[in-house]
Amino acid sequence: MSNLSFKGGIHTYDGKDLTKDKKIIDLLPSSWELVYPLSQHIGAPAEPVVNIGDRVLRGQKIAAANGFVSANIYSSVSGTVKAIEPRRNVQGVMTPSIVIANDDFYESAAPIPVKPIAEMTKEEVIAVIAEAGIVGMGGAGFPTHVKLSPKNPEKIHYVIANCAECEPYLTSDYRRMIEEPEKLVAGLKIILCLFEHAKGILAVEDNKPDCIRILKDLCIDEPRISVKVLKTKYPQGSERQLIYATTQRAINSTMLPADAGCIVNNVDTIVAIYHAVIEGLPLMERIVTVTGPAIKYPQNYRVYTGTCYDDLIEAAGGFKSHPGKVISGGPMMGFALFDTHVPVTKSSSAIVAFTDDIVSESVASACINCGRCVEACPSRLLPSKLADIAEHYDEEKFVSMNGLECVECGCCSYICPAKRHLTQEIKMMRQTVLANRKKKK
Amino acid sequence: MSDRINVSASPHVRSRMSTSKIMFMVIISLIPATAYGIYQFGFNSALLVAVCIASCVATEFFYEKIMRLPVTIGDLSAILTGLLLALNLPPDATWWMGIIGSVFAILVVKMLFGGLGQNFMNPALAGRCFLLICFTARMNSFSYDGVTTATPLANLKAGSPVNLMDMFIGRIPGTIGEVSVVALLLGAIFLIIFGIIDFRIPCAYLVSFILFMGLFAGNGWNTTYLSAELCGGGLMLGAFFMATDYVTSPITRKGRVLFGICCGLLTGLFRVFSSSPEGVSYAIIISNLLVPLIEKITFPKCFGKGGEI
Repeated sequence: MSNLSFKGGIHTYDGKDLTKDKKIIDLLPSSWELVYPLSQHIGAPAEPVVNIGDRVLRGQKIAAANGFVSANIYSSVSGTVKAIEPRRNVQGVMTPSIVIANDDFYESAAPIPVKPIAEMTKEEVIAVIAEAGIVGMGGAGFPTHVKLSPKNPEKIHYVIANCAECEPYLTSDYRRMIEEPEKLVAGLKIILCLFEHAKGILAVEDNKPDCIRILKDLCIDEPRISVKVLKTKYPQGSERQLIYATTQRAINSTMLPADAGCIVNNVDTIVAIYHAVIEGLPLMERIVTVTGPAIKYPQNYRVYTGTCYDDLIEAAGGFKSHPGKVISGGPMMGFALFDTHVPVTKSSSAIVAFTDDIVSESVASACINCGRCVEACPSRLLPSKLADIAEHYDEEKFVSMNGLECVECGCCSYICPAKRHLTQEIKMMRQTVLANRKKKK
Repeated sequence: MSDRINVSASPHVRSRMSTSKIMFMVIISLIPATAYGIYQFGFNSALLVAVCIASCVATEFFYEKIMRLPVTIGDLSAILTGLLLALNLPPDATWWMGIIGSVFAILVVKMLFGGLGQNFMNPALAGRCFLLICFTARMNSFSYDGVTTATPLANLKAGSPVNLMDMFIGRIPGTIGEVSVVALLLGAIFLIIFGIIDFRIPCAYLVSFILFMGLFAGNGWNTTYLSAELCGGGLMLGAFFMATDYVTSPITRKGRVLFGICCGLLTGLFRVFSSSPEGVSYAIIISNLLVPLIEKITFPKCFGKGGEI
């Protein structure tokens, strides 16, 4: 059987060899202050529940979810609340944050009260997940308890663990699967408890044969869980493409995965669910890959949220030379940083540093209509035409040519021989159109 | 961090392929056919190749200088246009015909419409057709071994026998680049292997052409006749190197198939029913004009419900 896939996509240099074999190292924050942005998720920013000067413990709630689509935030260290003020986040925006001065004692608060899994009702499990402040840790940061509460839970047929990790250079999920596969499987089983009619799928790309073997061995006695092997291709880990590859169901921008009977969660998120439901631990740490040609000793770290990026880069030996570009997240969809003094949030998956910035070196020229972007587009759009329309700001035509279906994966910009900034043009236009629609409402 | 670092929107990596690399690879792929043409037809064809390339590049350069536009000859597309035009000229064409064709191709067809990516038809073919209309006699006189003779296609049309092997290797009269099928196929295979051209266009072109000829040429499914039609004239050069020009072919995959079919049917139509034995050039440039329409009717359905699964 050939490996599962979707139409379109690209094959990039994956750069995973830099950190593939590096064991996850626990890293304590070295800066004395930790920063927790109140908005680390999609939805309403959390409300602070501590005051300046308060002493907080590790694992103590410092900000509470504001409404259903929101998430709690926990302190990952013990110390004193120093300030509640705007701080720079990875997007470069000053955003309200809680600043905690670390006292280096790491004194823990009491865990979230949990019962053995067999005694918990579904509502209780979801409540624990919500209480633990778990959000999608692959990058989007969508609150997980919302995702796990679809309108018709009985219509969920598949719970998919996104183990694709298709972004180049990233190895945090890979290391997780090698080192703690049982937590991943246990976490998936917890989610499966919520949906009786669902089957669990561990979707792994075929460039990780060791993970496939380990997971298959673990799932040998799990009738509800199967390991599915995906073709290695970017963006295999994109939600819509992953659902299509594993279940042959296709969704568009107006639908949620639940509409196709699917729920997709990333590896780190599922492990966080395990920690929350079994051990009562709130979300306070995550795995971050610090890598790229400009990093001296590329490494995978388990770090506390709120840790400064500078601490991670310093731990990895710093930069070899002055970096041309430093990216939070993967090189295809991550954010370029102009300041590395920003905190690790729940959805920071990696820091990738390049010695040269290939984007500023490649100058855009005229489109030659080669059609490479059309072939690469996983949403089957005509990126070059959409970018032209975006340049002319023709909103009506942009919508009629399905511009809103773009997933902003970056394939078209990557593949373009004329080096046009296709994704960027389409993304900007798309966000403008969506913002205008919101205003009208 | 005191030192500045670059920021830009994602993605932050780019593929190595670039416009000039693509053009360069197409030029490489045309070397066997060019070399064979020069070897067979001698000095004048080498001169024509040089003159066409030089005048194409010069036209683009001076137009951009005069219009104060950024100079884009570095993308090598002008060199490719010049080379393709030369390969479409008879070996006895004069050097000034090469210049006229090149200036028309680059200035009128390409630059006046906005430069690379904006031309509505293949510049090299437009240049050739312009010359065909201006200098009909000179453009249709072909000599082989110093003797002016009819091309195999003309013989075929008149019902005379042709030597298939000679046609395959290129021991026939014709334009500089079209005669050797084997040299052209070498280049075409190179382009398809490296993913430069989409096999859909030439395949649809050749298949639909054969079907048309089998049905309407009056010789039935006679393999010798059909093979001779396939190897003769500019069909191979046109199908693999001219119809596959990115700018003037559709961007969608389905559109490319349709475009190839258009080219094939028109070529067959011209070869069978027109007074001239050859029709590839006109078939391609007319199909070029149909591209916006083809792109419109082959607009792909997007991924998701209601779309193709």
